[in-house]
Amino acid sequence: MSLLPDIGLITVLLASGVRLATPIGFAALGGVLAERGGVYNVGLEGMMLWGAFGAAAGTYLTGSPVVGLVAGILLGAAAGLLLALLCVTLAVNQLVAGIAINLLCAGLTAFLARATFGLAGGGTAVSGFAAFPIPYLSGLPVIGPALFSQDPLAYMLPVLVAAVAFCMYRTQAGLRLRAAGESPRAADSAGVNVTAIRYVSLALSGACAAAGGCHLVLCQVYIFSEGMSAGKGFIALAAIILGRWHPVGAVVAALFFGLCDALQLQLQFSNPLVPYQIFLILPFAASLVALVWFNGGTRQPAATGKVFDRESR
Amino acid sequence: MTRLRGMLVGLRVVAAIAAALGLGSILILATGADPLKAYTALVHEALFDYWGLSNTIVKTSPILLAALAVIVPLRAGVYNIGGEGQIYMGGLFGTLAALHLPTLPSMIAIPAALLCAMMGGALWASIAGLLKAWRGINEVIVTLLMNYIAIYVVSFAVSGPMIASGAPYPYSDEIPEQFRLPLLMPQTDAHIGVIFGVAAAVVIAFVFARTATGLSLDIVGKSPTAARYAGLNVKAHIVASMASGGMLAGLAGGIEVLGLKYRLFHLFSPGYGFDGVVAAFIANANPAFAPLSALFLGALKSGASVMQRAAGVEGTVVDAIVGLVVILVAASLAWKGDLLVGLFDGFRLKPVPSDQPNPTEPKQ
Repeated sequence: MSLLPDIGLITVLLASGVRLATPIGFAALGGVLAERGGVYNVGLEGMMLWGAFGAAAGTYLTGSPVVGLVAGILLGAAAGLLLALLCVTLAVNQLVAGIAINLLCAGLTAFLARATFGLAGGGTAVSGFAAFPIPYLSGLPVIGPALFSQDPLAYMLPVLVAAVAFCMYRTQAGLRLRAAGESPRAADSAGVNVTAIRYVSLALSGACAAAGGCHLVLCQVYIFSEGMSAGKGFIALAAIILGRWHPVGAVVAALFFGLCDALQLQLQFSNPLVPYQIFLILPFAASLVALVWFNGGTRQPAATGKVFDRESR
Repeated sequence: MTRLRGMLVGLRVVAAIAAALGLGSILILATGADPLKAYTALVHEALFDYWGLSNTIVKTSPILLAALAVIVPLRAGVYNIGGEGQIYMGGLFGTLAALHLPTLPSMIAIPAALLCAMMGGALWASIAGLLKAWRGINEVIVTLLMNYIAIYVVSFAVSGPMIASGAPYPYSDEIPEQFRLPLLMPQTDAHIGVIFGVAAAVVIAFVFARTATGLSLDIVGKSPTAARYAGLNVKAHIVASMASGGMLAGLAGGIEVLGLKYRLFHLFSPGYGFDGVVAAFIANANPAFAPLSALFLGALKSGASVMQRAAGVEGTVVDAIVGLVVILVAASLAWKGDLLVGLFDGFRLKPVPSDQPNPTEPKQ
């Protein structure tokens, strides 16, 4: 098979790239919400896994993927609140707390999956959301299948990004969020409840990351397996930096990683003689190279990672 | 006074672990099993049974070294979450050395192979250190991403260039006898690796407490600005501490191959690097406590399978309990004794802050 640019191939590549980018995009959006509010969310990986489990368990128990989606997102929000309790109230080091969340989610989902789906450990397929091609638009050449023949959750992502971007830059709530991450002391003096803002932003962050996990289960593989987030939450952390802490930028960066992932899958299939591990490395290596390449000139919100204590000076 | 505080620190961690085990027993109850029976079986098997104890020791040694791999860079304020990847590179380099070095007596062969393993880990970790020091790139994200790359590199190596002839699935050739670590407990798997871990913990505790190196690491970690004023090369400290961490994790990987597995294969480390992160947190980043916290995790892991046989509890419950332990220990470490004071303060009346500027305070 030749690797020359072939329109059919590119069409397939774009479509699967968008599909694979969607979970990373949700997680990256969640990460932007958290870090703009002043807290690192290293727990994105665990929250995706947690959301994926919630989606699978909710769907399995009720038969309805809508219930599964809601369950996954609610569990994600709860994990976000736990992170907020650790980071904001107890002032645990934010990286430590995020890693703790990852470990808790990995352990609990493995255990709960066996308890829910039986000893086989999540070998049970659940129903999910089918692709929903938009009439006429999905027939467009090259970009049609990528943009207009996706599943409902993938359509939700750009809407959500637009909403978050609008709220963040055009509303008072968004201003408060950014102030909490940039200068909590000034925000506090202006009467903003920094603690409350950070709790809300982390709950939303967890919900977004979990929605990414829901996409994995309900729109991609229709099954829960242990550790299925497989590093996507960490790639999302890179996407946040590449997207310069802007919701649109982060999701565009996620799209880039999704395309890398799609490319590596296609290269794997078209080059069966080359060891597949070389291609599996691609998304991770691309994240690293992109971090090194574009890191110059970016700046994270000034107070991200720092504990805010009203009482101290 | 400091000693007393240290003891209190230890105690609150013990309390957190007890609370996590308590929550874990709710999980066990939820599956319809008897928590007391499960825990008794776990403790007995992991610590008071010859074979079980050997299994615990086998699991403790990589966890201990991986924990130290987190603790050393942390002293300089750098987070090494890449222990898992460094273990893989250590295993790769150690195996390469064992398979390609000429026939040597064990006294030379084993140190040479372990040295190569340490180099592998150090190289892998120093990439993250260099990127952190010179480009300011977040080392947490870099080390996390590099874990996955290392795992795939080893997977590639054992399914391609290093695959044993006629192997049914990807693994390397067996390493020769003279490279294998001596056993610690006869007829078991327990090898002398744990001695390396304990020795490293003692040395690191001494370096941290008594030497200029420890002090300068501390200064770099606590205040890079102060370190620069003191004439310390902050960047070099960051890279060196990362590389030292990588060396320790690489040693863990080398020991795993030379002491237990005797060959390299895909996913040869079941997440010891991440267990090391946990052990480091439980030990509150204190190298002197690391052997204890590693032993605790090693015992949990080795007792996991017996819980199923003895009490009908899935071994995965141990993973969940470890997660709970981490959350609660992390929370307990945040408490520096002033939480209760803060609670009492809440009941007292606070003076109303005055709007008058303080005359002694200079205006900006």
